[in-house]
Amino acid sequence: MRDIVLLGLNHKTASVDVRECIAFTAEETDRALAMLRDNPTIGESILFSTCNRIELLMAVDEREAAVAIAKQFIAEFKKIPLSQFENALYQYVGDEAVRHTLQVAASLDSMVVGEPQILGQMKEAYRKATVEKTSGVILNKLLHRTFFVAKKVRTETGIGDHAVSISYAAIELGKKIFGDLQGKRVMLIGAGEMAELAVEHLIRNRVGTITVANRTFSRGVELANRFNGKAIKFEEIIGFINDVDIVISSTGANDYVLRKGQIKTAMKNRRNRSLFFIDIAVPRDIDPDINRIYNAYVYDIDDLKGIVDENMEDRNREAVKAQRIIDEAVIGFRKWVDTLKVVPTIVSLRGKVEAMAQQELEKTMVSLGHLSESDKRTIERMTGALVNKILHEPTDFLKKDGCRGNKSVALDLTRKLFNLEENN
Amino acid sequence: MEPVFIIATLSYMLSCACYFGYLFFQKPILQRTAVGLMAAGFALHTISLVALGIRAGHFPVNNLHETLSVTGWAIAAVFLAFFLRYKLKVLGIYAAPLITLVMIAAYQMPRPMSQDPQLLKSWWLAAHIITIFLGNAAFALACGLGMLYLLQENTIKKKTRGFFFSRLPSLDLLDTTGYASIVVGFSMITIGLITGVVYAKAIWGRFWSWDPKEVWSAITWLFYAALLHERLTVGWRGRRAAIMAIIGFGVILFTFFGVNFLLQGHHGTFTAM
Repeated sequence: MRDIVLLGLNHKTASVDVRECIAFTAEETDRALAMLRDNPTIGESILFSTCNRIELLMAVDEREAAVAIAKQFIAEFKKIPLSQFENALYQYVGDEAVRHTLQVAASLDSMVVGEPQILGQMKEAYRKATVEKTSGVILNKLLHRTFFVAKKVRTETGIGDHAVSISYAAIELGKKIFGDLQGKRVMLIGAGEMAELAVEHLIRNRVGTITVANRTFSRGVELANRFNGKAIKFEEIIGFINDVDIVISSTGANDYVLRKGQIKTAMKNRRNRSLFFIDIAVPRDIDPDINRIYNAYVYDIDDLKGIVDENMEDRNREAVKAQRIIDEAVIGFRKWVDTLKVVPTIVSLRGKVEAMAQQELEKTMVSLGHLSESDKRTIERMTGALVNKILHEPTDFLKKDGCRGNKSVALDLTRKLFNLEENN
Repeated sequence: MEPVFIIATLSYMLSCACYFGYLFFQKPILQRTAVGLMAAGFALHTISLVALGIRAGHFPVNNLHETLSVTGWAIAAVFLAFFLRYKLKVLGIYAAPLITLVMIAAYQMPRPMSQDPQLLKSWWLAAHIITIFLGNAAFALACGLGMLYLLQENTIKKKTRGFFFSRLPSLDLLDTTGYASIVVGFSMITIGLITGVVYAKAIWGRFWSWDPKEVWSAITWLFYAALLHERLTVGWRGRRAAIMAIIGFGVILFTFFGVNFLLQGHHGTFTAM
């Protein structure tokens, strides 16, 4: 019976420079899988590498030998001494390996719990493994199960709900004000990484024109070109406020850039259409009193951070529910793995054939009432001998190493051929 | 048609329960069931009203029981129409309990016979009644949308979020649908008032008699006319529009019930108990 073994490191166990050194590119993954496939000690393998984790999932016959070989393989492949990263490696076997795989796919082990990319990355890793034919009966079943469970976690718990980054939180709010962001016009005042990220998210939500105002006009033009928008002078801001719906502000100014009085007048000119201010600057650019004006909404960086923290807590609460779904899945998978053991398979195969023989025997005997007792016993003996003869070769095949190393394939096939129940 | 009326009421009640379930658990199936039950209740309710009208030989608004029943029917009709147009699921939270309450109230009311059935036999009158009731129902929904708007606006302004933030739609959608229901309501009561005046001329010989009902109807009409005017000229939208929609519905309630019970107008027969 093969063991499922998982060897890996992630953002919790290894620093970013270690992870950078060990990460496998797509091309390296293909090459590594081919080499693992040719190694007889590694039965099945899937290699999964992202910027936050590198995991090698295997199904092997001899666990210790395989782990040693796998570690050595990584060190040689990436040309790093094993001592540099051995401490960061974790190793899970059997149920624990299954549990870890499920947790990773369900994004419980991610740096940002509930982030959705991980599942897609895992599917890609599995696809590579199937192309390279390194994944077999056990890992195929495990990965299919994993994708199913991850999807279930996502639909049945709120683990992926609500934004957990500042710019997404701002967009979520914008959607609650405007409904659809499509065609809404945006003004960016100042510049800065977070503000620009927010603008990019907005563009992805198909907003309308982007207007950029910067104290240094040339810098404004540069940004405007990047966002396909237009640059205006800093003094022109208030005039252009009439024509925008969302204002993102991130300047280094010490005083408010926009004040309540200005916006009050502007709201009249824009006939009270909603205006949403996202103030990312510290100290603040937008007078917080503007939030008191009807149909004007001001969120500063602390407000947005507050939302993100709250959402993070929500996700952590949902993670507990997700854990329960995963625990159930681990038990279910264990049941399936147990059926791949030789003895229970032979026992249930024998049981099934004997039961069929017995049933047919009883049916036949009803119409053969004229036979003597000794004749009946002869027929019974013949039936038993038939069962033994039929089962002799398959039993022998399963017990001995008839299937060249990979017993799980033969056991799985036997179960399918005779339609044996998973739980007997 | 008493049993049909009761089954319709039960459908509305169940729909109401499903809407509350939907509010708390956010399961789409609950919302779909709720709309289905509402539509079923509405169909049965229509049958019961038609049967009642045929038996009486005129529009069934003879006493408070019948009038309330038609009120519930009109709200359900307008709600279902708005649901089909705007897919605004959460509005059921307001409409379903409102309809249910109106139906229960109708069920509780005594049903005295009409004083003067002859008064009720006219197509002008039927047009007057139907448009006025549908118009008032649209204003009732506008009031509900105004309340939902204020709730959602409050969570966004106060930055508290909490229970309603994720459950209510965007401010823009609430404002747009609120505006749409006021436009529909206003068109309906305009037609309703015109047909009413024409009918008054036919039956009493004069268009306008300064009856309290007439005066308050005119006040209601002017109120909503002003509301629409302000929206179109200076842009009364959002919070202010929501508050006005709620106040406007208060005026309607007074015109509808208050006048009949407190001021004694010539519409008294419709709310006889």
